[in-house]
Amino acid sequence: MAEATGIKEIIKPENLVYKKTSVMTENILSYCPGCGHGTTHRILAEVIEEEGLQSETIGVSPVGCSVLLYEFIDIDWQEAAHGRAPALATAIKRLLPEKFVFTYQGDGDLAAIGTAETIHACNRGENILIIFINNGIYGMTGGQMAPTTLPGMKSSTSPYGRDVKMMGNPLKMTDIVATLPGTYYVTRQSVHTPANVKKTKKAIRKAVQYQKLNQGTCFVEVVSNCPSGWKMTPVESNKWMEANMFPYYPLGDLKVPEEPKAQTTKNSEKND
Amino acid sequence: MKGNEAVAEAAIRAGADGYFGYPITPQSEILEYLMEADPYKTTGMVVLQAESEVAAINMVYGGAACGKKVMTTSSSPGISLKQEGITYIAGAELPCLIVNVVRGGPGLGTIQPAQSDYFQATKGGGHGDYHLIVLAPSSVQEMADFVELGFELAFKYRNPVMMLSDGAIGQMMEKVWLSPQKERSKTVPQWATTGKPPTRERVIITSLDLDPNRQEKFNEKLVAKYNEIREKEVRYEEFQVDDADYLFVAYGTSARVCMKSIQLAREQGIKVGLFRPITLFPYPSKRLFELADRVKMMVSVEMSAGQMVEDVMLSVNGKIPVFHFGRMGGIVTTPDEVVDFLKSKIIGG
Repeated sequence: MAEATGIKEIIKPENLVYKKTSVMTENILSYCPGCGHGTTHRILAEVIEEEGLQSETIGVSPVGCSVLLYEFIDIDWQEAAHGRAPALATAIKRLLPEKFVFTYQGDGDLAAIGTAETIHACNRGENILIIFINNGIYGMTGGQMAPTTLPGMKSSTSPYGRDVKMMGNPLKMTDIVATLPGTYYVTRQSVHTPANVKKTKKAIRKAVQYQKLNQGTCFVEVVSNCPSGWKMTPVESNKWMEANMFPYYPLGDLKVPEEPKAQTTKNSEKND
Repeated sequence: MKGNEAVAEAAIRAGADGYFGYPITPQSEILEYLMEADPYKTTGMVVLQAESEVAAINMVYGGAACGKKVMTTSSSPGISLKQEGITYIAGAELPCLIVNVVRGGPGLGTIQPAQSDYFQATKGGGHGDYHLIVLAPSSVQEMADFVELGFELAFKYRNPVMMLSDGAIGQMMEKVWLSPQKERSKTVPQWATTGKPPTRERVIITSLDLDPNRQEKFNEKLVAKYNEIREKEVRYEEFQVDDADYLFVAYGTSARVCMKSIQLAREQGIKVGLFRPITLFPYPSKRLFELADRVKMMVSVEMSAGQMVEDVMLSVNGKIPVFHFGRMGGIVTTPDEVVDFLKSKIIGG
């Protein structure tokens, strides 16, 4: 009783240091413990709230683990067929150019079945944000090999490890789209430590702000884990990700816009 | 103007918000016409050449879910590619217009006209229990008119509408009366994604429901909608039916052929009329059932191996003999062939 009173005394507005963003719904996340999806959802929702974009945002959810994303973030949503989110987003943004439009896609969705839609949306320079969660596996369907599964990595459809001679090499979609003139900002981040969460949030915020400039596609890859699919504890999976995923998918910016200063000078415009 | 061009011009004039297409013979003129007309500068209509038919139909999904008047066009192989998107659009209850300028199949087939996509258009095409509203034009004028009608029905029922044309009508040139330019609609349907203001719940456009009980309820809702469409939206045309002993049942190009066949047959003293379904879904079954009491035989004339004939048989329900006649592979049936077939059945019967 005395303890409960103590807690009540502590829970006061002046002691508030953190609260759940109002752009997240009350629905319970459907993800496995330790999965990076929840964290990515939260920082995305936080950016939408902080930028005052809740009423201006249309999201496109994918097929995969985050298929029910529309249950968790309190904005208008369209649920796409597997891989087709960038096609939906293309039309949404062209018909409602004032809105903030993004897709959220996993590696199977974006880098396998949706390869064409991804590359062509980026190549047309659609003014959308593509958030790409890469955990190297099909989580939703039970741990099958993804286009981004690492060489030698075991999955339910590569039970002896990915044999690159038979199954091809992991596809670096982020590197590919960075080469396209249509993309404006391309970065690869992670959400496995507080420092990385901050960086990813910053990257998403930049992408949200860049969309207002109508300069092209922003593409944020989040290299993430899949404790269930990888058959590891959350902590083990993060360590494994650092040791194995990051060397293949190095974190950092792949394409950054020119310095804002340079953009506003007349010389730079001529060079464009 | 060509049927294909009429579709394009009618789309602009109907106040369409977006067109998403991919080139394929025999309908590429639609995309070409729209690109040249560049309506974005005048009406604000977005025209985009997609990277595939798959992308194009999914762009239609995205635009339709914003409450916009959007459409795509293609021909048979391309329409097969669109089936994924079409079933999602039907499942998400989105309005849109899809035009199929049919060519012969299966597979890559031919680029010549055919009516071999009847099953695909009317019986599903994609997976799951759904129906498109299917309009069958038989003239360039109707290709133009059915753009506006298609949008109207699509929005009325929140259901995808397909205009099932064919390569002959798409490529044919006829005089056409075009509606005056309509303004693009400024009203946004309540169900559309527009960005969630604080005053309402978020809009979720999806065809997914993991709860079988809720999914079944949704399926029942769709069935009720299709039944309402069956009740209210049947369209057909009759020609020289009143005194007819025999009836051709035909849509699109085949209906035009039958008009000539009727003239030839009547010159030979054979009283035959034409029943032309304009809506292929909903199918005018009731009327055909009634007419089966008045004629001795029906011949379903279609440029296919016999697809619509099944619906004619179902409608007539065994009252009278029903036959199929038609050429395939991109060959348009001649009026004489149709008359000869009818005569062979009269003698045979």
